[in-house]
Amino acid sequence: MSRLDGIFAGLRAEGRTGLVTFTTAGDPDLERSAEVLRVLDRAGADVLEVGVPFSDPLADGPVIQRASERALAAGGTLATALDLVAGVRASVGAGIVLFTYANPVLRMGLTTFMARAADAGVDGVLVLDLPIEEADALRSAAAGAGIDPIFLLSPTTTEARIRRAAALGRGFLYGISRLGVTGARDTVAAGATEHAGRIRAVTDLPIALGFGISRPEHVAAVGRWADAAVVGSALVDVIARNASGDLAGEVERYVRWLRGAVPVRTRE
Amino acid sequence: MTTPVFGRRDPDGRGYFGEYGGRFVPETLVEPVEQLERAYREARADERFGAELAVLLARYVGRPTPISEAARLQTSLASDAGGGGAARLWLKREDLAHTGAHKINNALGQALLAVRMGKRRVVAETGAGQHGVATATACALLGLECVVYMGADDMARQALNVYRMRLLGATVTSVAAGSRTLKDAINEAMRDWVTNVGRTYYLLGSVLGPHPYPLMVREFQSVIGREARAQYRELAGRPPDAVVACVGGGSNALGIFDGFVDDPAVRLIGVEAGGEALVAGRHAARFATGAAGVLQGTRSYILQDAAGNIELTHSISAGLDYAAVGPEHAWLRDLGRAEYTSVSDAEAIEAFGALARSEGILPALESAHAVAYACRLARELGGDGSILINLSGRGDKDVETLRDRGEG
Repeated sequence: MSRLDGIFAGLRAEGRTGLVTFTTAGDPDLERSAEVLRVLDRAGADVLEVGVPFSDPLADGPVIQRASERALAAGGTLATALDLVAGVRASVGAGIVLFTYANPVLRMGLTTFMARAADAGVDGVLVLDLPIEEADALRSAAAGAGIDPIFLLSPTTTEARIRRAAALGRGFLYGISRLGVTGARDTVAAGATEHAGRIRAVTDLPIALGFGISRPEHVAAVGRWADAAVVGSALVDVIARNASGDLAGEVERYVRWLRGAVPVRTRE
Repeated sequence: MTTPVFGRRDPDGRGYFGEYGGRFVPETLVEPVEQLERAYREARADERFGAELAVLLARYVGRPTPISEAARLQTSLASDAGGGGAARLWLKREDLAHTGAHKINNALGQALLAVRMGKRRVVAETGAGQHGVATATACALLGLECVVYMGADDMARQALNVYRMRLLGATVTSVAAGSRTLKDAINEAMRDWVTNVGRTYYLLGSVLGPHPYPLMVREFQSVIGREARAQYRELAGRPPDAVVACVGGGSNALGIFDGFVDDPAVRLIGVEAGGEALVAGRHAARFATGAAGVLQGTRSYILQDAAGNIELTHSISAGLDYAAVGPEHAWLRDLGRAEYTSVSDAEAIEAFGALARSEGILPALESAHAVAYACRLARELGGDGSILINLSGRGDKDVETLRDRGEG
């Protein structure tokens, strides 16, 4: 059983909605990025998604694009993201999933990348522009290194492809609850229920649902349909606004606020 | 009137030309690009679709475009070359197509496909503005809403084309992210497509992006090669020794190469932008210093740093100023079927002036790269040789750039 399997089994046993956080490695710089990861873990995040900065993040909205630019300007790369994870792994109980675009990984070489990721203590890898059809080599390299390949499912994903992702993915499935690039929204998309339902109908793998989550009531709402809620752009925005202030304090307050409203899960 | 015959060299079922191509897109776009592929395969098998496009190409675009001989340019090269003479030079005149470049061939084909798919909103990216103008034109003709993304720096250096697009009823949206050029415009167009995928058609302008775009765009441009092969045979009685075209993404090049690729005696030569120097950030010659990688949906040669981030590029010509080359070019290069070289900004500007003064033609700065290399090759081949140049676009859009540099 992988660490991610254990985390989601624990959430189900407790009847609690998990919280998955996304931050960009090296934003605003490597040292404070490490501090943010430790704070997120302490504030109750169950899985830390760590974004690898990339020059052309075409699936991301403006908030995460700017985080990527800040991280690149501070010298961030795939290699420094792996170093970042290695540096915090011993003091962090949460699962760690690397979020990346394909090119940095292919440039490093899939086998080298997976070996280094495993050494660093990475639990799962999601490559945003490597759909299932292009992911055979990634999956075998991940299996060799004991890392869970995570696949993303969108409202446009057909049922046949949901089945393939469920068969080939490990750890959890990442459902995005609306179309478009990453970014916070005032309300979670109305289609989220249906989307989670479509995934749940074909698999028992844990589901983390994201895209647009920024408030405790969003997290609570997601908990009715999925195992965990993902907060990304809203958290990255907190980091951007407090980079020159009490960064750790504000991040901790924000995540505790999000978590505070998480009730014991009641399934609809 | 002949119905276009679609090309023969299909990629494999997953969209690969050899080890290049594929479909590296975010999950939300997987089903839309599969739908697009199905719609395109139906359309290309439908004679009525081909016939409708052929009518538009003839009566609206003004095809076939002619082939002109550049005799005075040849004479001036021959006198420079001393005793050996210079090869005969012929120009395939895509600059004479409606809107002033080959881009209209693809824009009309894809806009017809958008109509066929029931999509009433079209998004596109543009670098030099020629693809944006062609798309705005096709959308005006077919009554489609048109949004064009353009890098902020490109908007400044191609202000006239921005105004043309707006006159044609398109919305031009400035992209201030990243390098503020074509690459960033494509990112933004793809973000729009991901967000509005149900009613929106993404009209990509070159042989780039996820499958089926590299195949589809090449096939819509292959009309250039079909015409050129027949016209050239009539003019010269034999195929040219070499066909030369500039390569940004590489659609005009694949379009003309398509007419000659099955004839191994004809050299196919692609000319990339050598910029100021073959040093990171100062050129766009992907085959000179790039390596295989994935950018914007396709695996091909790209300019990237050691960490896999995309390098900045530079070219005097906005249409060649891009970090990736079309995957089929990478494949043709591996096969040894096509050769690739580069020409500097300065050489392109010199060729622009030479063609203007000796032939009365202002070439697009993109096309001037092909002219520059052809001039070099003409001296090498000598008086018995013959070269066909794809003059992919007209240079009116570049007059301001040249004036700012004090040329002329």
